[in-house]
Amino acid sequence: MITYALAFALVCFGLGLILNLWRLILGPTVADRVLALDTMVVNVIAIIVLYGIQTGLGINFEAAMLFAMTGFVGTVAFCKFLLRGSVIE
Amino acid sequence: MTFALDIILSVLLVVGGLFGLTGSYGLIRLKDRMQRLHAPTKASTVGLGTALLASMFHGLMIGTGFSWQEVLVMLFIFVTAPITANYLSKVHLHSRHFDGQIPRTGVSRDWSTFDDAPEGPEPQLPQRES
Repeated sequence: MITYALAFALVCFGLGLILNLWRLILGPTVADRVLALDTMVVNVIAIIVLYGIQTGLGINFEAAMLFAMTGFVGTVAFCKFLLRGSVIE
Repeated sequence: MTFALDIILSVLLVVGGLFGLTGSYGLIRLKDRMQRLHAPTKASTVGLGTALLASMFHGLMIGTGFSWQEVLVMLFIFVTAPITANYLSKVHLHSRHFDGQIPRTGVSRDWSTFDDAPEGPEPQLPQRES
């Protein structure tokens, strides 16, 4: 049963990635695109974690942690650039 | 025992997937910019949280053992998601698409994201005479 639930969750997060890509292309302003990228990071972390459950390898969780950190720093840097015109003042 | 664990893990995974899909669908479906900020927070808290919980249970009961990485990822996501949302709403406000639609603050100062420094000294607690 876990196999089917894992497949279902993976399909759900993959569909979410496609919808985020749609918003990334469609987004009227830059802030919408940044929000879509941030949601894509969350979905990709979930996909990496689910893949880690499927394969049983522990190294996937370290990849997820690194992705969480770099995604947060990237989003904040985008927002700082949009707000102030430079990332580090 | 194993069957109950199967049930718990499957329910967690299905709920996580549904919430993740709902968050991403809300990003498409909602009309306003500020409304669009609301949907992905569900995907990042409930969706990712239940996926990480399922991973923790799976590692603890079936796999090799408890691993701290899931706890760290959950902690990091839960701490950084409000900061990201705050920055994105600031970007929305500063992009000047909301002129005339923002409610007044009720005091002489503007909202603090538009106003650099408050006029006059900050209010202080009353000093005790000794």
